[in-house]
Amino acid sequence: MWKIDLESSKWVTFIVFWLFKNVSCNSVAQKIYVELNNTVPCVRLLNATHQIGCQSSISGDTGVIHVLESEADLEWPLSKGPNPPYMVLLESSLFTKSIMMKMKNASSRVAGVVVVPKTSPREFSPHTTCPNENTGVYTETYDSNLAHCNQTVWNPRGNGLSYEEFDFPVFSLKEDNETEVIKQCYFDHNRVVNGSGPQYPLCAMQLFSHMFAVTDTATCMRRSNIDFSSSPVMVCDPLGGYNVWAFIRPYNSTAFGHKENESVVIAAARLDSRAFFLQDSTGAEGSVSGFVTLLAAAQALRQATQEAPPTRNILFAFFHGEVFDYIGSSRMVYNMKNNKFVIDLDNVHSILEIGQVGVRSGSNLFLHSDPVSRRNNTVDDEVTNLVNNLHSSTAGLNFSFVESGFSQPLPPSSFQRFLRARAIPGIVLADHQTAFNNRYYESFYDNAAHLNLTYPSNLSPEEQLEFVTDTAKSLTEVATAVARALFKQAGGNDSQVNNINADPKTVTQMLYGFLVRSNNSWFQAVMAPELKDVLQPNPPQYYVGVAKSSHQANALTYLVQYLLANLTGTATNLTQSQCKKPDELPNESTYVYSYLWVQGMVPPNSTQRESFCVRTAVRRVMAVSPAFDLGDYVSKEYSTWTESQRKFIKARIFLVASRDLEMMTLGVGVAVLFTSLLVTYFVSTKADVLFSAVREPANAAY
Amino acid sequence: MTAAVFFGCAFIAFGPAFSLFIFTIAKDPLRVIILIAGAFFWLVSLLLSSLVWFIATKATNAQDLTLQKDLLIFGCVFSVILQEVFRFAYYRLLRKANEGLAAISEEDGPPLSVREMAYVAGLGFGIMSGAFSMINTLSDSLGPGTVGMFGDSQYYFITSALMTLALTLLHTFWGVVFFEGCERRRWWVIAVVLCLHLMVFSLSLLNPLYVGSILPVYAIMLLMAVWAFFSSGGSLHNITLLWMCRKSNTETSS
Repeated sequence: MWKIDLESSKWVTFIVFWLFKNVSCNSVAQKIYVELNNTVPCVRLLNATHQIGCQSSISGDTGVIHVLESEADLEWPLSKGPNPPYMVLLESSLFTKSIMMKMKNASSRVAGVVVVPKTSPREFSPHTTCPNENTGVYTETYDSNLAHCNQTVWNPRGNGLSYEEFDFPVFSLKEDNETEVIKQCYFDHNRVVNGSGPQYPLCAMQLFSHMFAVTDTATCMRRSNIDFSSSPVMVCDPLGGYNVWAFIRPYNSTAFGHKENESVVIAAARLDSRAFFLQDSTGAEGSVSGFVTLLAAAQALRQATQEAPPTRNILFAFFHGEVFDYIGSSRMVYNMKNNKFVIDLDNVHSILEIGQVGVRSGSNLFLHSDPVSRRNNTVDDEVTNLVNNLHSSTAGLNFSFVESGFSQPLPPSSFQRFLRARAIPGIVLADHQTAFNNRYYESFYDNAAHLNLTYPSNLSPEEQLEFVTDTAKSLTEVATAVARALFKQAGGNDSQVNNINADPKTVTQMLYGFLVRSNNSWFQAVMAPELKDVLQPNPPQYYVGVAKSSHQANALTYLVQYLLANLTGTATNLTQSQCKKPDELPNESTYVYSYLWVQGMVPPNSTQRESFCVRTAVRRVMAVSPAFDLGDYVSKEYSTWTESQRKFIKARIFLVASRDLEMMTLGVGVAVLFTSLLVTYFVSTKADVLFSAVREPANAAY
Repeated sequence: MTAAVFFGCAFIAFGPAFSLFIFTIAKDPLRVIILIAGAFFWLVSLLLSSLVWFIATKATNAQDLTLQKDLLIFGCVFSVILQEVFRFAYYRLLRKANEGLAAISEEDGPPLSVREMAYVAGLGFGIMSGAFSMINTLSDSLGPGTVGMFGDSQYYFITSALMTLALTLLHTFWGVVFFEGCERRRWWVIAVVLCLHLMVFSLSLLNPLYVGSILPVYAIMLLMAVWAFFSSGGSLHNITLLWMCRKSNTETSS
């Protein structure tokens, strides 16, 4: 027996682990499949009544690739092609409602669709024509003439593609090497030659995007066994994010409910946006133009409100999740009604909301108000007062405000949720009088180019950050007018008004950071050190996403929070440890303020950042639809949107062989098996005849 | 490619081995043990030779493709030689074991003849070699895609299965011939087996020119089948006996 001593066992263990680490598989799979990594899937969303989005089967959908050249070419995958099902590859100009609906109706022959974004079409909006029509204020009971966009269709170009349901997967690829590989494979194998069908083997693609949730939110919430297990397996997750808000004169944040003798003017804007492919949301005109203007107005008001505080308070509110039936604003109204917010609806004096203000036709901006609530004289007087304040604020600027038609309803806006609860006077600013000027509402093409954000070509990224574009100049003027109007509305001293000016440099830096590149030096300087990896070389995501139980927000929320803190807060001398626990100091209180440690700029002659502590009134509050608190998953009152969970998202291409070859292989295999069984049986029974025994002593033959 | 190809290739590659196992090995537990031990010996030989190859590749530049191909050829030649060495080692082990088994067995003499052990050992080598070559390929054949994206032939799966079938049977015949040669002290048999094994390996290098590799390998397999038949006690006389038996059986029955 040989003993294994400690020395040799150590050697053996070492060799085994080294082998494990270094062995790499060169398996047959690498000869067959090419994995596609840069894909964005269309996912399934559910609400109280419907499911929308796309679904693949649980083991993926495979189809022979067909590159669509025109709408007439659809005949090949839908009827003429001899090798169904097909995986249709579209360029963005062909990604239209009519083509998608034709493919939806022939879904037995279509295994999936892949969209390659290229040039922007002239106009494209996959959203509905009447956004958020069931959760705004215009219901049948409020005013039946204005309900369901009977009076004004806000998004006439909308084709509703984002709200359709497809039972095949739809993916989007970036135009890069992978798309070239697919097209090369198609041209090598799948092309039709002289009218006859292409020869096997054919180039095919498989898409995996299996969604777990079905039917509607109530069904999937029931199937997630939340009530029966301490670690529930969720099938779908409610959408939600964070609202960011700040008062000019902050209150004690633990004292909820009505505040005596306090009157607040709310200045609101929306943060989020969407596209057909949710992770590709851009929202330049749809949301960025609005909240950047409000951030600039907040900065402009800072000096004046600190020197001569106005009588009324001003609340800057940035709502998230507004695209999906007003998640953020309905949460704030719900909190106000249920005494879970520092003020309540009786404290709200008036509301000014900044809608889409980026694409002006002419030099007018339009003021929208609600005709139904203005039938009440007090409300009407207040609205007229606000309109006058706005008119007088444009003195000396290059544009003017014009009231939209008196009988016209409000466009889709967060203000509608406040009106649903109480008839509050308010105005929504927009660059459109009736239908949207935005040709790409809630679409992937609503990007920097749509806002005419152009930079001279010879600038480095840091120089582009500082360059003041024309768009920035026009938004700066809007921000100035908004700031002055808010100051007057809050009862500020008229003599101070002309000193209130928005800073074009801030506006252009914000536009660059939110629409071109969020990883720039200014954004790095205003962020906290532990969040600096949130900044990427592309614009942030504007989709509200799933409400996370951990207190992590997405990049957009953090950016708005820290920017608002930087623009309205004060820098203090606190050290980093004091910044974490400021209550120990005599003049600081975390009930009233929040203290954020930010990175700061890098001085020109050193590499170390000058970090400091900002004292600010900015708060970030979870915004999930009240329907999930109340457990009412079929609510008609609140948003019930959820996003389905999924196994994994994968896409790959490969060649497929003809059915004949496969069957021939199987046939040969079965024949070989049977022949060998027969022959072996025969030989083994006749073995004593076939193999004569060997004459060996003491050797018995079988 | 799909389930059809998976089952087709599995039947092609492992059908004969499976039927040989069922009809000749499965009933006798001693044969099963020798089969498994033979498979293990083959596996150890492959492990050692692949260690050598692995160290050689890691010690050299992985980007130099011609060097890597040459190292692969060297590794395979070394593996062939090592497999035959282990076949000889297994022969010695079985001879020793046979004496021990004869001593403890109830019957008069050893329970298995050398010929039976030769056949079972060869089959063990063959089954393990086939499993090692084919299982990885078979698992990838279950997916929807087939080989060909990077210019390989689309008949990859079928030809792999056919080669595996040939190699399994070849190992069986080589085992029979090898042990018989060792028994009769005819050492040139070992050299011939080694040369034939090396020739089959070099023919497989001709892939994907499948005509050049599969057909000669099957020709060699038929030659080896005839040689193994004769060296395990068969003869033309026995075949004619068999034929006449059948003929007389049919005559008497009809």
